[in-house]
Amino acid sequence: MNVIARPGLLPWAPEKTGEGSPAAGPAPALPVPPVPRGPGAIATFLLPARLAWRQLRAERARLLSAIMGVMFAAVLVFMQLGFRSALFDSATRLLAAMEAELFLMNPLTTVSFRPEALPRIRAHQALALPEVAQAVPVYLTQATWRNPEDGSRRMIQMIGFDVEAGAMHFEGLDAIAPALRRIDAVGFDTRSRPEFGDVARLFAERGPFEVQVGNRMVELAGLVSIGPSFGADGNLVMSEVNFRRMVRERQPSNTDLVAIRLRPGADIAAAQRRLREILPPDVVVLTHAELVAHERRYWETATPIGFIFGFGSIMGLIVGMVIVYQILFSDIANHLREYATLKAIGYSDGYLARVVMAAALILAVLGFLPGAALCTWLYDVVAGATFLPLAMTVERTATVFALIFGMCAAAGLLAMRKLRDASPADMF
Amino acid sequence: MDPIRIAGLTFAYGEGELRRPVLRDIALQVHAGEVVLLTGPSGSGKTTLLTLIGALRAMQEGSCQVLGRELMGANERERVRLRRSIGFIFQNHNLLGFLTARQNVAMALEIDAAISERERLERAGAMLAAVGLSGQEDKLPAKLSGGQRQRVAIARALVAGPGLVLADEPTAALDKVSGGEVAHLLRDMAKSRGTPILMVTHDPRILDIADRVVAMEDGRIVEAAAA
Repeated sequence: MNVIARPGLLPWAPEKTGEGSPAAGPAPALPVPPVPRGPGAIATFLLPARLAWRQLRAERARLLSAIMGVMFAAVLVFMQLGFRSALFDSATRLLAAMEAELFLMNPLTTVSFRPEALPRIRAHQALALPEVAQAVPVYLTQATWRNPEDGSRRMIQMIGFDVEAGAMHFEGLDAIAPALRRIDAVGFDTRSRPEFGDVARLFAERGPFEVQVGNRMVELAGLVSIGPSFGADGNLVMSEVNFRRMVRERQPSNTDLVAIRLRPGADIAAAQRRLREILPPDVVVLTHAELVAHERRYWETATPIGFIFGFGSIMGLIVGMVIVYQILFSDIANHLREYATLKAIGYSDGYLARVVMAAALILAVLGFLPGAALCTWLYDVVAGATFLPLAMTVERTATVFALIFGMCAAAGLLAMRKLRDASPADMF
Repeated sequence: MDPIRIAGLTFAYGEGELRRPVLRDIALQVHAGEVVLLTGPSGSGKTTLLTLIGALRAMQEGSCQVLGRELMGANERERVRLRRSIGFIFQNHNLLGFLTARQNVAMALEIDAAISERERLERAGAMLAAVGLSGQEDKLPAKLSGGQRQRVAIARALVAGPGLVLADEPTAALDKVSGGEVAHLLRDMAKSRGTPILMVTHDPRILDIADRVVAMEDGRIVEAAAA
């Protein structure tokens, strides 16, 4: 023993210390390390979160730049997902506006603005079922429209059908249905893009006036409201007869879509099965939801558009993640001594990991909220400029929040690796 | 039982040819309530010894019992647990810059979930008053003088009622007057609680606080003298 010990006996030290008795029994007064009780949820999560918040708050400029980064990512993802969903919504808007329960379509039709023809006789055959009340042929094509103001030409979607059958419903259609029965009368979609001319104003000033569609002068007899889609910038509705008059190359015996109205109370699924049985395989029988889904699938799979917006979202998330990672990483790097000190006084790696994670999630919330608010406004602006149906939905808000949350969590996990460098042994 | 009982402790940095032993066959005991100063030239291994006793490093050889726990072979989890019963005072105060003095002291209590927030802050405030910092509780470390910061560090080390205090040159960054004050304060606080102190120091001005001075050189204890 190379230590000359002077027993540091203190009046309040209850046991005798001496090196002569190293094997002495357990000394009762030895300060016993406090036994940690099972940590509650508060200590497990709220205390690290509070520490994280205090640390973030201490450096305003850095916090602000982190929030801006998350906000940027949130806005980017919101816009990309918004465009994506607006595309799908608007692409199917025309079909979604049709009010029939069942539809007949050529199985080769991939998308409504490029329809394959089906025999018109199938509409009449469908009437064989007692539960079918109406079977209305719908004609779809695109033609050039000459802007009545400046003469420029642009492709417009033409929709021809029995305007009084009630199989289709567009805003304003009922009011102009009688006018559409006139020869060469068309109804113009006021929500078409402005490049078609300010038809609504002209109509209000002049009443019905002549416009050129294809190579034909037709009468603009009224206004409806449908809305443009990626496939068509504007819409014209007209009666079936006028459609055939204007699109002469079409065979009268062919149509593009048949809308079937069932009698009230009829079982749609049963009617769909029976129609499949009696109709030849040159038509498919779809419910309204299936028709819309079919159209949507085209945009999702057969075009790169869905992918592009998905990719844009991922880019936004990656940029946001890098920003958050940078902030968290430099926060840890700058406070390495403090983290090491905390480790030295008994904080576990897990506790400090929760601090970093809490910081990441605080940034997620703080960046997301202004991002969502900004996007609500941006949606209005963009919807006004593009006439696309952009709106802040609860569903999308939840999705984007989940993505931003995940993004920040991933950044936090990456930044946590830096915690290993905080070695308490280097503190002395 | 002594708070620190070390026997046959040997420690080396590096591997293979680069292996450089820093501690050789150390034996040391610190008794309950005793203030022991560890001195010696740079590189004599005293800081390494302190980190081993503080469970900040894994042991390699020998036996080191701290507060009744054997550290040889202890895993990280056991070491983290033991650290909670030790009060650390560093050369630099190492206070968290974004927390007030009171919050810094309370950090030493936040590990224990059984203590309420109010009790934490009260105990922290009482401890700050005990080190002579009444009225400074809500200042950030940047607003305090060097001596005041080290007092906060002492309060943080003692507030949880540790079984042992380890200090590494706590007066190195302070001038003579405040260094002496801090050293005596630390000793008085520890003595009144019966807490043993093991302090590494170069500072001859504070040798008078020691019950015993242990000198190290080249990884060995060369001399131990009563102060």
